Amino acid sequence: MDKCGFDEHRSLKLLALNLITISRDFQMMSLRKLFVLATLPFCISLAQAKEYKEIRFGVDANYAPFESKAPDGNLVGFDIDLGNAICAELKAKCKWVESDFDGLIPGLRANKFDGVLSSMTVTPVREKAVDFTNELFSGPTSYVYKKGSGLSADVNSLKGKRVGFFQGSIQEGYAKAVLKKAGVKVQSYQNQSQVYYDLVSGRLDASIQDTLQAKAGFLSSPQGADYEMSEQVESELLPSKTAIAVVKGNDELKAQLNSAIKAIHENGTYAKLQTKYFGDLNLYSGK
Amino acid sequence: MIELLQEYWKAFLYTDGAEITGLAMTLWLLTASIFIGFLGAIPLAIARVSDRAYVRWPVQFYTYLFRGTPLYIQLLICYTGIYSIAAVRSQPLLDEFFRDAMSCTILAFALNTCAYTTEIFAGAIRNIPYGELEAAKAYGLTGWRLNAFVVVPSALRRALPYYSNEVILMLHSTSVAFTATVPDILKVARDANSETFLTFQSFGIGALIYLVLSFALVGLFRLAERRWLSFLGPAH
Amino acid sequence: MIDNFFEAVGLPGLSMQGFGPLLLKGTWMTIKLSLLSLAVSVILGLIGASAKLSSSAIAWLPAQIYTTLIRGVPDLVLMLLIFYSLQTWLTSLTQYLDWNYIEIDPFAAGVITLGFIYGAYFTETFRGAMLSVPKGQREAAVAYGLSRSQRFFLITFPQMMRFALPGIGNNWLVLLKATALVSIIGLADLVKAAQDAGKSTFQLFYFLVLAALVYLFITTLSNFVLRRLARKYSAGSREALQ
Repeated sequence: MDKCGFDEHRSLKLLALNLITISRDFQMMSLRKLFVLATLPFCISLAQAKEYKEIRFGVDANYAPFESKAPDGNLVGFDIDLGNAICAELKAKCKWVESDFDGLIPGLRANKFDGVLSSMTVTPVREKAVDFTNELFSGPTSYVYKKGSGLSADVNSLKGKRVGFFQGSIQEGYAKAVLKKAGVKVQSYQNQSQVYYDLVSGRLDASIQDTLQAKAGFLSSPQGADYEMSEQVESELLPSKTAIAVVKGNDELKAQLNSAIKAIHENGTYAKLQTKYFGDLNLYSGK
Repeated sequence: MIELLQEYWKAFLYTDGAEITGLAMTLWLLTASIFIGFLGAIPLAIARVSDRAYVRWPVQFYTYLFRGTPLYIQLLICYTGIYSIAAVRSQPLLDEFFRDAMSCTILAFALNTCAYTTEIFAGAIRNIPYGELEAAKAYGLTGWRLNAFVVVPSALRRALPYYSNEVILMLHSTSVAFTATVPDILKVARDANSETFLTFQSFGIGALIYLVLSFALVGLFRLAERRWLSFLGPAH
Repeated sequence: MIDNFFEAVGLPGLSMQGFGPLLLKGTWMTIKLSLLSLAVSVILGLIGASAKLSSSAIAWLPAQIYTTLIRGVPDLVLMLLIFYSLQTWLTSLTQYLDWNYIEIDPFAAGVITLGFIYGAYFTETFRGAMLSVPKGQREAAVAYGLSRSQRFFLITFPQMMRFALPGIGNNWLVLLKATALVSIIGLADLVKAAQDAGKSTFQLFYFLVLAALVYLFITTLSNFVLRRLARKYSAGSREALQ
């Protein structure tokens, strides 16, 4: 409820009503109509102060165990559960809108959703386009390649080999800036599952992605049995902090989400979900 | 916008430093698939109008299959589907062929355009005025000579307007190649979009390049029609 | 249910491994999308064709630009352009007019996009068909004193449909196959369902072939219906001798 006591829908109806009555009897402007007209600008601008009853999160559901699609079509994953918990804290309904990963930030700016909760790492480039909440979790980057292939995180061992990654991810930035210059053949894919698919079929010699995603989403599956992970790749182009993205300037939603994140840490929901998906691993760096 | 152009103009046109991309790649895909499709369609079209059912039905089935399914699915099957079969990967020649993204893509495009072109040429062969065939037979031309000197040239000329349509549609269809990791114009546009988030500008530049290409092709075909179809009268 | 059938027949390898419902949902989405886009593009096509055939330049020029632009740019590029930009434009429009935010859900955006693109192709089809109706019909209608809309709905439209039908059929098939591309902009159609199923079970070839067969089935059905329609609308006319 805002200052003048109207809610959004009623203010819109009132606007319509006013337009009709004004056009019909322009001559007979009663005092009541004048009063309503005068308070209209207030109502409309104040009605923008939103109470989020429904929060729409944009997600690219191809990143198990963080977000993926179950056979029955429902979305499952660590991010999905975190998002639902955050919505529960804010007493709002969660709506998940699927999109391609590189369509998430354009979609956010086009108001297709209110926030992006899709293992999106906080990078300086992205911070120029959107605002980020506090940290959700942290995840380092590493390579995945066939056991016994002789490859390692050392760039020299990858020279001439084909390395695949997910388009729009921070690994793409690293690949373009560092690997390509070092003579590695780099290949971007529409989503993470396609990267693994080509890795298994032999089109790629290695893939570079988030460590946890590789461990839980690929190496633990039957297809990943012959593959191993390298040590973590250290680079300032590969930050590890992940957060929720909101439209630049939407401080209100950002504050609400931050308070919800803090709440789920305090009441133990975060720890419970973390154990459910990752066992003993601690993803939260607290930075 | 200016930075976008400065950073990506080269990638849009011919290379991104490591391989051929953009306009050059699209043109290469188009010419390769059209060339293979065209050459394959001529004998297939002759078979398609044959009196003998056992010659006609395989071709009919092939065109039915490839014209009845989307090109995108055909590309996916060629690129991801076939390579996932263990039998393909164990054979060294097939393995080498299907591993390369480019060959998969050109194979899918060539098969698709060949199917459409076969139907176009078959329709054109059926529309040859019977008088031409009668005259040729009166001169003693039969068998492959009849086809090579009378049927095919006449059919190709008459098919020109419809074939030009098909070539332009093929140009448009090459835009799905990026899903098989082939770096054509649309892939560069997507890369530009994911880096700069300027959606309308990145895709707009790609659309502009395709527009110019389409106009160029239409102009080329109009010249061709003037040269080869002028015998049909002033309306052509 | 279908899985049980396959197992009973002794072909467990052909089962869809629980992805049946997802594939069915995808197929239904594809059919819905195609039919609705067809409706939108037919309406746009009729408007565009009338505009292109009109004598006023104000109507003709935008229609000409519309068809030239749309037919010169690939479907996929247009889809990506319009799909991502549509919401942005609508948002700026509603902000400028100080209205409440109107949301377009992805399905509606897909329908608008596809309808807009294929409206251009239908414009050309209907223009050719309208030109094929003998001019004498229009003159006779004017002589009888029929109003513009009466002329269109009673005289031009029924006769035009006979000429337009091959073009409509062709465009419908192209539109149907173009809906396979909406998976690239994120809509959950049949191709996406097949890809999801294939990637989870690592049997991509099988599920893609299944999707192709579904499309083949729909195409065959459409061809059958179109042939019946052509026969109905050709009643009273004679085809040229082959």
